[in-house]
Amino acid sequence: MATLVEIKSLSKKFGPITAVDGIRFDVARGEVLGFLGPNGAGKSTTMKMLTCFLTPTSGTATVCGHDILSESVKVRRKIGYLPEGAPAWGDMTPAAFLDFIAQIRGYRGAEKKSRIARAIERVGLERVLRQPVDTLSKGFKRRVGLAQAILHDPEVLVLDEPTDGLDPNQKHDVRALIREMAKDKVIILSTHILEEVEAVCSRAVIIARGKLIFDGTPEKLEAKSRHHNAVHLTIAADQGAGAEKALAGIAGIESVERVEAAPDSGQVSFLAFPKNGASIIGAVSEAARNGGWKVGGIRSETGRLDDVFRELTLGTAGGERK
Amino acid sequence: MNNTLAIFRRELKGYFATPVAYVFIVIFLLLAGIFTFYTGRFYERGIADLEPFFMFHPWLYLFLIPALSMRLWAEERKTGTIELLMTLPVTPGQAVLGKFFAAWAFTSIALALTFPLWITVNYLGDPDNGVIVASYLGSLLMAGAYLAIGSCISAMTKNQVIAFVVTLVVCLMFVVTGLFVGVAAIRDFLPEPVTQFLASLSFDNRFRDIMRGVLDIRDIVYFVSLAGCWLFANALILDIEKSQ
Repeated sequence: MATLVEIKSLSKKFGPITAVDGIRFDVARGEVLGFLGPNGAGKSTTMKMLTCFLTPTSGTATVCGHDILSESVKVRRKIGYLPEGAPAWGDMTPAAFLDFIAQIRGYRGAEKKSRIARAIERVGLERVLRQPVDTLSKGFKRRVGLAQAILHDPEVLVLDEPTDGLDPNQKHDVRALIREMAKDKVIILSTHILEEVEAVCSRAVIIARGKLIFDGTPEKLEAKSRHHNAVHLTIAADQGAGAEKALAGIAGIESVERVEAAPDSGQVSFLAFPKNGASIIGAVSEAARNGGWKVGGIRSETGRLDDVFRELTLGTAGGERK
Repeated sequence: MNNTLAIFRRELKGYFATPVAYVFIVIFLLLAGIFTFYTGRFYERGIADLEPFFMFHPWLYLFLIPALSMRLWAEERKTGTIELLMTLPVTPGQAVLGKFFAAWAFTSIALALTFPLWITVNYLGDPDNGVIVASYLGSLLMAGAYLAIGSCISAMTKNQVIAFVVTLVVCLMFVVTGLFVGVAAIRDFLPEPVTQFLASLSFDNRFRDIMRGVLDIRDIVYFVSLAGCWLFANALILDIEKSQ
């Protein structure tokens, strides 16, 4: 896979504040990179530097082989960018707005028309083409911004919080669009919604206080969770005490916790955590069979991203640099 | 070039998409009329020319042009559209020129709408139309200089009120330097080359020369190069803001 985006030790200082501190990573064609981090971690600043809106204090990056400092116009031709909040000129209609963007992107005549029509169709803007952007709902405004970003079918798509403030249906649409476009592009999207990473990203990068603290697949991120491969078991209440003891005795199990079960169901639930993230569901189901427990439910957990996220970004246990 | 043209068209249409254009034009024509007929005593003086109309233009622009130019960049920064504009494959120079020429074209539309005065004066008497053409061109050049100053100052802030006030004060400097050197006390106090220099900077003095019908190449060069300098600074400011 060809590397399209190379970020080489980017740093940005705003006065005494270091917003981005020596971030480096590469992104290859076909990757959807989820850029995660708490608010103020430096996600937007990094994206603004990559799209040549801000000049880095030190370091640089290349996009499709062009340097963001010395060839910024070429870089901007290659990139489609949705800035945070999807700004657009409020007095223009989406039709006029996209026409302007198409002109700037260098399209004329029939090609301009077909490019605009395709972008409108992909994001579903047909109904509001003649209304000023100011009068549109948040969802439509975001779609106008997306249409603008994908109009020239860019090789690199940078989306700053593309689903922020959208309703679940709109989120679904945007994610479907991202997945559809992912094959032959680099897509970098920032978010603080963790399901989004699981839903669309092939890779997750977490930054906190301007520093890169995780870079890997979403699965690898889940594997860092205490809940990864933990087993959630629900059984009849009268067998609870015996089962708890039996579970704690299984070799691969680190600890067992009693968790809330549905009230008045006559059942209890346990959460068994494995040692070193090993799979223990086999051992637990075997114990249940041998013990003759009346099992109401058993499932293995994949890991809780929000726990990992909190651990990594707050710098508590498990915050080691990957 | 194509980018400049695209931005120019977008901006110019933008004026007419909101009430800004109509309010500006109406106020411009109203004030121009008041200055011409009341303050300038167009009828009473009984001379068939447009001097009473043109002589107040430096003062008319002093208040109206900052109102037009204040939003050029400050509004883009406030609403965040500057991020959209500057991440498109557009250089700061192209963006500055596109916006400037659109604002200038809009001003010339407002100025052109004063044509009934020209017709009137031709109907009433036999004016020197060469002088009137020179005055119109001079007025337009002067408006361009005001606009370039306003555009540059607008790029320094996201607050339109600040942009308006600072532009007004800076433009005032360019108008009143001519009046300063007219004051005997100041003329006696400052050395001759300094007063000469100050007088040469004055929009008012330059425009008065043009109003006499002498569209001197030096006056043209003055207004064009002044506008050019401010627009160059404007583009530089956009570049500098990226690294802050």
